[in-house]
Amino acid sequence: MSIRSNAILEVDALERRFDVSAPWLNRMIERKPIQTLRAVDGIDFVIQRGQTLALVGESGCGKSTVAKLVTGLHAPSGGKIRFHGDRDRLQMIFQDPFASLNPRWRVGRIIAEPLRTLKPDTPDDIVSARVDELLETVGLAAADRVKFPHEFSGGQRQRISIARALAGEPEFLVCDEPTSALDVSVQAQVLNLMKKLQKEMELTYLFISHDLSVVRHMADVIAVMYLGRIVEIQPTADLFANPLHPYTQLLLETIPDLEAPKRDRSPMGGEVPSPVSPPKGCTFHPRCPIAFDRCKVERPERKVEVHNRRVACFAAETKLEGPSDV
Amino acid sequence: MNDIVLDVRNLRVEFPTRKGTLTAVDDVSLQIRRGEILGMVGESGAGKSMTGMAILGLLEPPGRIAAGSIHLSGDRIDTLDDKAMQTIRGRRIGAIFQDPLTSLNPLFKVGDQLVETIRLHTQLDKSQARERAKELMREVGIPAVDERIDNYPHQFSGGMRQRIVIALALSGEPELIVADEPTTALDVSIQAQITALLKRLCRERGTAVMLVTHDMGVIAETADRVAVMYAGRLAEVGDVDDVVRRPQHPYTRGLMGSIPSLQNEVEELQMIPGSMPRLNAIPPGCAFNPRCDHATAQCRADMPRINGAAGGVACWLATQGAPA
Repeated sequence: MSIRSNAILEVDALERRFDVSAPWLNRMIERKPIQTLRAVDGIDFVIQRGQTLALVGESGCGKSTVAKLVTGLHAPSGGKIRFHGDRDRLQMIFQDPFASLNPRWRVGRIIAEPLRTLKPDTPDDIVSARVDELLETVGLAAADRVKFPHEFSGGQRQRISIARALAGEPEFLVCDEPTSALDVSVQAQVLNLMKKLQKEMELTYLFISHDLSVVRHMADVIAVMYLGRIVEIQPTADLFANPLHPYTQLLLETIPDLEAPKRDRSPMGGEVPSPVSPPKGCTFHPRCPIAFDRCKVERPERKVEVHNRRVACFAAETKLEGPSDV
Repeated sequence: MNDIVLDVRNLRVEFPTRKGTLTAVDDVSLQIRRGEILGMVGESGAGKSMTGMAILGLLEPPGRIAAGSIHLSGDRIDTLDDKAMQTIRGRRIGAIFQDPLTSLNPLFKVGDQLVETIRLHTQLDKSQARERAKELMREVGIPAVDERIDNYPHQFSGGMRQRIVIALALSGEPELIVADEPTTALDVSIQAQITALLKRLCRERGTAVMLVTHDMGVIAETADRVAVMYAGRLAEVGDVDDVVRRPQHPYTRGLMGSIPSLQNEVEELQMIPGSMPRLNAIPPGCAFNPRCDHATAQCRADMPRINGAAGGVACWLATQGAPA
């Protein structure tokens, strides 16, 4: 199909398990079993070239693990990641601009590093000119190259991270909570910059965030994660207009609404269960207001995509299925 | 006027350093009534936490209150010594901080920590205090209290821990609670539970709450009134509806515009050019003038102030434009 052919990243039944067992001796003496945590439990999605796919979810849902799997910082325990692009042109922007820049390096060296690693033959004057150009692209001055990271504010540091990511002329950027350490007014500057760069350089983003309002602003397609699985994936406008999964609905309800201050709401009860021993059946059923018997025993499987929307929920499936051919 | 719990007048907090004195909080006046939640909002370094710490008497030396006064239900508290403040903290002012793990002692059962705090502030004996602890835990929504009271902090989730911290803050039946970023470390769904709890307790008990946060969303949901801080000064104080929907100060307007909306899509978020000045480089006049599109000669020369305790806008243009 023509839609598929433009995909830059295809993730299929991706899994990542971590061994969280007690040490061997304890296991022998106390007869504790081996315990594995399924951080990512069989997820699949496709990202089209030039688009932004956002992964949203609460802490511990596995969204950052997906980022690390896609960039190759973790090896998958199962499933496939197909990247239809140049692996050297895949870069990552990290959450914490204070931890992700080497404090002993000058900014010029930080930004030049990917260039020197990926294209070691580049002459110095070209590298230098490129660094100046990159600094100006992200809204800093070429003269800033001689400074150290501590001389910059959080927002400026995140611009340096972006400049560094852009140095290797990437086509695909994995952004793991790029603005959650920043104040809102600074966040707006960084988000605008990222959107502008995407348009100019035809970048593709895998955008990871816990903030639905940020995601709504940035993403073309949103995947909602809960306990290592994607519970729902839809184009942004559809997801907000018609959230299908009860978890998405509850998430949307709990976001404070600036347009309706002093609203009294009934917050979602319960908490995310431990991923080491997730509930049987649908992992969301203990918190779900519409769960029925089937949800407690059988796990709703990922469905084949129907018009780009997919939901792992028995109740929502029956609603969706009517005219489709699945 | 009897229902005014907290009355802060012209508060000024200074940090003497080798390179000169930094003013972290400058001329801040606030009032909170019984049962009212005042939201203090601002970006990092705006002085909102510092104001909270000054009220709690917990300024880190060399920080000090250089001017102004703080009254708690009519009693002046900013001039008290550390020992007198210690009896006020916990009993008359409760505190809730961002990270519930650091507010609890990991080596003691939560029940013991509650009992200790309750006995410090009341005349109850051990078993009465334990009953009171259970009551408080039930009130903040902890299930299976009879078992949970003998758990250690690490056995609770983040949201449950924050509930314990709230129970601790309530144990002295305080008139005022200072909550500094109480939901920032929590996920949105848990955050909603905690703000709903704070709101309910405040209403039921008539406790005044000062809610310090950077999150305008939390403020909009929880607070009755809002004080917006910028570079250590108040930019705007008013009813939450007015400030959120019809912000007057150019900074508040920029701040509101920079928050991505859930309702309508915009191609580009509004931006405030530049960044907040550091404390050692606050410009003369209005602290916001270098970033303001409408700044005039007056803005660059004279510092605008909020007149009256009820609220207002510290902006020369807004005061001229608005009818008196």
